[in-house]
Amino acid sequence: MFLNLNQIKKSFFVSLWFMFLTFPIMVIRVNPIEKIIEWRWNNLLLVGVGSFLISILWNYMMQRRDYGSKAAESGMEKVPSMHRLMHDKRIYVPVLSVVGLITLIFPLVFSMYQTNILVTALIYVMLGLGLNIVVGLAGLLDLGYVAFYAVGAYTYALLNYHFGFTFWMVLPIGAALGALFGILLGFPVLRLRGDYLAIVTLGFGEIIRLILENWNEFSFGPSGIAHIPRPSFFGMDLSVYSATIYIYYIMIALCLFTIFVVNRLQDSRIGRAWIALREDETACQAMGIDKARTKLTAFALGATWAGMGGVLFAAKTTFVNPASFTIWESIIILCIVVLGGMGSIVGVISGALVLILLPEYLRAFSEYRMLAFGILLVVMMVFRPGGIVSDVRRTYQFKGSTRTKS
Amino acid sequence: MDYFLELFLGGLTRGSIYALIALGYTMVYGIIELINFAHGEIYMIGAFTALIVISVLTLMGMNTIAILVIAGVIAVIYSSAYGYTVEKIAYKPLRNAPRLSALISAIGMSLFLQNYVLLAQTSDFLPFPNLIPDFEFMEPIAYIIGSTDLVILITTTIVMIGLTFLIKFTRIGKAMRATSQDKTMAMLTGVDVNRVISVTFIVGSATAAIGGVLIASHIGMINFYIGFIAGIKAFVAAVLGGIGSIPGAVLGSFVLGWTESFATGYVSSDYEDVFAFIFLVCILIFRPAGILGRSERHEV
Amino acid sequence: MNMEPILKVQNLSMDFGGLRALDGVDLDVAQGEIVALIGPNGAGKTTFFNCITGIFPPTEGDVLITPPGKKKSKRLNGVKPNKVTEKGLARTFQNIRLFANMTVLENVMIGHHCRMHSGILGAVLKGTSTVREEAWVVENSYLILEKIGLADVVNEFAKNLPYGAQRRLEIARAMATDPFLLLLDEPAAGMNPHETEELDELIRKIREQEKISILLIEHDMKLVMSLSDRIFVVDYGRKIAQGTPDEVKNNRSVIKAYLGEDIDA
Repeated sequence: MFLNLNQIKKSFFVSLWFMFLTFPIMVIRVNPIEKIIEWRWNNLLLVGVGSFLISILWNYMMQRRDYGSKAAESGMEKVPSMHRLMHDKRIYVPVLSVVGLITLIFPLVFSMYQTNILVTALIYVMLGLGLNIVVGLAGLLDLGYVAFYAVGAYTYALLNYHFGFTFWMVLPIGAALGALFGILLGFPVLRLRGDYLAIVTLGFGEIIRLILENWNEFSFGPSGIAHIPRPSFFGMDLSVYSATIYIYYIMIALCLFTIFVVNRLQDSRIGRAWIALREDETACQAMGIDKARTKLTAFALGATWAGMGGVLFAAKTTFVNPASFTIWESIIILCIVVLGGMGSIVGVISGALVLILLPEYLRAFSEYRMLAFGILLVVMMVFRPGGIVSDVRRTYQFKGSTRTKS
Repeated sequence: MDYFLELFLGGLTRGSIYALIALGYTMVYGIIELINFAHGEIYMIGAFTALIVISVLTLMGMNTIAILVIAGVIAVIYSSAYGYTVEKIAYKPLRNAPRLSALISAIGMSLFLQNYVLLAQTSDFLPFPNLIPDFEFMEPIAYIIGSTDLVILITTTIVMIGLTFLIKFTRIGKAMRATSQDKTMAMLTGVDVNRVISVTFIVGSATAAIGGVLIASHIGMINFYIGFIAGIKAFVAAVLGGIGSIPGAVLGSFVLGWTESFATGYVSSDYEDVFAFIFLVCILIFRPAGILGRSERHEV
Repeated sequence: MNMEPILKVQNLSMDFGGLRALDGVDLDVAQGEIVALIGPNGAGKTTFFNCITGIFPPTEGDVLITPPGKKKSKRLNGVKPNKVTEKGLARTFQNIRLFANMTVLENVMIGHHCRMHSGILGAVLKGTSTVREEAWVVENSYLILEKIGLADVVNEFAKNLPYGAQRRLEIARAMATDPFLLLLDEPAAGMNPHETEELDELIRKIREQEKISILLIEHDMKLVMSLSDRIFVVDYGRKIAQGTPDEVKNNRSVIKAYLGEDIDA
């Protein structure tokens, strides 16, 4: 190993620093109401030992990271093993079959509670794939994506409340309204770049939420809209149990549809235009691509999935209120895309499943969920910014050319 | 007329607090072009640290205004330390990474710090004692402006003057200005860029901490979430004024403070937060650089 | 054969705030020519390109193009860069601006964007016309890469290519837009003599075989003298000389601009 005296000395000082740093908050707990102070000295020990060990681990990983990047520069880049696995027919066909089988029989084997969790995860898969178009492919940092999600959900809630529209009627309307809002919100930000785009979209997201919260005559304010009907099966109303299973299969179908469409888009003329836009806006324009049009299509198409997801969400929870559509939602969806691997469909799906399912199954530690989430984000960005699965571009075969590296 | 004056001064107070926090955002953005999402949490930690110190000292039987000053100083020290540490862990390794990575890391840090305080302390709202005595000479105008407001305004003014002095007349200030204009060039002329960045974070965190202690005294309550909301508002203010510009942050903060004050006073208090965002969106669409910001030209 | 120059720039001026970067520059390119624009650093050459290609609209003057085979001239002032490319002017950049995270082939495929027609529906449904168009684009891109000499790295990420190959890829990408005039901004920058010779051959080939005219900014005098039919010289935003390579080589103002002083003085 690399553990030398210098390293140990450094980590020792780091641990002292953290003991000092966290002293007030970790050790002293105040209760001004009852006027007592609790001194938790064992926390001090915990911080000291913990930070010492973590510091060593951190430095080790940093060294590996820096070595890795030097190797890449000298052309020695190791082909990521994930890609090899993914494209090897002997591996992915059986894996996919097993996954497919499990997916199909899941609700029949597991409880309604479990199925519901999976439905939530699937909604996020769809949202992730939608945002992936905007952020992953086109490189437009949209921090207000939740606005389109809210549009979809409230569309169903309101159209049902006022006009009795059913789920199946609203689904395409939700998608269309999502796209429309995508264009509306995309127009003002056409000239903005990078961080400014992020801030304005964040502002839009918040504005929509605040309007929904305050415009009581329109949206019924913070109390939201309840009694939203679940989707009916050819006109029949279903029991809660059956409806959940029904929604599950609808979600699977919709997700497959989403994957299909996004996959087709990625390798098409418009998909390449998006990636060109992300890579270099100026060069992209110089190559004959209409920047404004490309950006608006990205926003519109991305928002469509959020609109649909919103309708599904309303149908599943039968209740919508503004509190479900905060900035944090946008951030979670963004994290799904970034952690999963920008631009990669498999990556986004994995990201959604991990980020949504894992906390559910680790309910025992639910107190620490957000804490762990925060650390995970930092660690992932520092050590593996490409995400779980980095972007792989399509390769082509030609007569006489060498076999592709995949 | 009195009502107007009250709203005006109220806006001034609000603006001052936003300014103390916004400075940190704008300075960090100016130097490393990063929106430090965790900055609001530094402000919150300042308030919490102050509360802890105050509680301990009160229990040991000290007298009032001294406690506040000591607590303030310690809060500043700790917030600066947190700011420094956050930069070293979550931002320094990503100096050369794409902006999106650093942004996500910042978001992660923000999330982590919020929950760190939540778990280590409590999710309840904790009362924060107002240790600023009511000055006698303020009594006649106490219905327009209170003693706390006065202290806030005076403190903010002192901080502004101090900061301006630092930036304009000291060596480190010059180094900070140079680094924010062209990092590589500054490095080549011998500026220790790492040190400059650390100092920037420390100074920004310090002013945020002062803001935290002041507003906690003013409102009387704190909890682990206050950083998020104040952070967003202050951030809006910084962008409004032109992110990267220190006078811009101050200007933007007062504009925001007055807008919120007058809007809630004359129009409706429900939509208070909406104003901030609508304002933000409009400014950025019509003048992306903000009021005092530098418009960037791209090299082709 | 077109009698009207395919590119005619008249009295072009460009102001940035108080700074006059270009001052009344005239330039023309006839069909089939290779014209060079040279001048000391900071003379305004890239700004000139930027004005022609629509990145900034010029403060004064006219940019007129007459595509080969057409009679009417079109004014290009203030036309957006993507429209300019559509009309037949393609460019490369002084600092390489490839799409780093796309493959070599895809970079060239992007160049075909404005010559393709499939939209969203076509992409999703993959109807016959879309499939055919995609196949054509792939084939054509490969052909272009063969001509440029990059056919063996088609599936590499652009960012992994060595520097000289990257420069050539930029040219290939520009060619994919099917231009009648190619604007090259310092194509030989950073190349060693061997690579520069290959570039010389390549540019000639482009002119002969693809029938594309060339306007290039370049500092490598050997390349300029070897390739160009005519040369325009600018200094401090003004045109100070034009003519054949021999004429320009011996022009006193040109020598003064580059060396700073009359040699005989």
